[in-house]
Amino acid sequence: MNEVPIRVLVAKPGLDGHDRGAKVIARALRDAGMDVIYTGIGQTPHMIVEAALQEDVDVVGLSILSGAHMTLLPKVATQLREAGLGHCVIVAGGIIPAEDSALLTSQYGIDAIYGPGTNTDEIVAFIRTTVAVRRATL
Amino acid sequence: MTLDAAQQLALDVRRGDRRALARALTLIERGGAPVRFLRKALIGYGVGSLVGITGAPGAGKSSLTTVITQELRKRGMQVGIIAVDPSSPLTGGSLLGDRIRMYDLAGDSGVFIRSMANRGQYGGLAATTLDAAMLMRAAGFGMVLLETVGAGQSDVAVVDIADTVLLVEAPGMGDEVQSIKAGLLEVADVIVVTKSDRPDAAATLQQLRALLRMQMESADAWTVSVFPVSALRQTGVADVVDALVAHAEWLQTHPATWRQQRRHLLSLQRALESQLHEAVQQLPGWSKAVAQLGHYDCDLLAQQLFKELVANGFTKE
Repeated sequence: MNEVPIRVLVAKPGLDGHDRGAKVIARALRDAGMDVIYTGIGQTPHMIVEAALQEDVDVVGLSILSGAHMTLLPKVATQLREAGLGHCVIVAGGIIPAEDSALLTSQYGIDAIYGPGTNTDEIVAFIRTTVAVRRATL
Repeated sequence: MTLDAAQQLALDVRRGDRRALARALTLIERGGAPVRFLRKALIGYGVGSLVGITGAPGAGKSSLTTVITQELRKRGMQVGIIAVDPSSPLTGGSLLGDRIRMYDLAGDSGVFIRSMANRGQYGGLAATTLDAAMLMRAAGFGMVLLETVGAGQSDVAVVDIADTVLLVEAPGMGDEVQSIKAGLLEVADVIVVTKSDRPDAAATLQQLRALLRMQMESADAWTVSVFPVSALRQTGVADVVDALVAHAEWLQTHPATWRQQRRHLLSLQRALESQLHEAVQQLPGWSKAVAQLGHYDCDLLAQQLFKELVANGFTKE
């Protein structure tokens, strides 16, 4: 049997059109040997959850710069759980203030948040360890 | 995965459970005994046809796939899409971006899109997409569209997989495309000239129709047609879908084509390869052979493994 590469959905929820950051992350994860499905901009939580379900991903990566993170990120997390995708690791990035970050990770089901300037190796390492644990329990 | 779990999964796929379908699609990439079980449990279920969409990079395959799907949805059909993109030969990773252009299909519960990496190996397309299409058919999708990576060597493989080959040609791509045309024109069942809103589309259309007129035709043969489509203006799509449906019906009465024969042969070859490979990997000599890689000729190593396999008796299910 072959080990399937880690599958990651990279999406931009909501209404901001700047996706350089999302593309940098997508590229870094690809170079780390992962299968990265990039959906592009303007995604609603419903679209993201549907894509995550169809693609059977291990990780949902969300890039958000619009300031609507406290509305959109919890929605995605909740809808993922409701769709039976509670095993998905949710990683977010963008312009998210520290106090919001703390809330999102402690109360709203986001596994990790990475701001500008993060070393991509750190993100890759986090995804690898977390997915290994989740896959083992599936 | 246990066989009991695989059996449950097969049942769930047949019920049309989308989560089950998604998980089964991952399983087939992994291979092994559960996949053989799934194949046995699901083959022959569902009646949908598999349309392979092929053409040069940038010809408009994703956009065409999107508008064809919208037209099929208008006609009440459920559509499965398999979008293949290349893997990196260096890291094995991939960036699968076909969903970007399929934005208008997102959230439609009558559409199921699965992105797949071709794993960069020879036959990589064939290795899993046939099984993926089989799963989607079993789940009740009336038509499965397979969007290949841009034209190249792997594109010829689409003939070994699809029931219907749809060749996509963009206007104004010049002499470079001529060579591709020569190869793929022979096996295309439906041809679409995309971006027909552009002024040079008429010339491409004319050229292709002239080329087709030169091909030999037997009375019994399917007639290949060329259709202009503009995804931008949404024109010409209904004619293409009519042709796809007509070809699927035509296949019902003309089943024993050379292509189906080739496909069955390919399936047999694949099954043989994967079962042999798995059996050999379980031999005591396997790790020894891997350790000797680079020092000995691979033909010799393979021969040794084969001898060991025969001596041990091939007892796998």
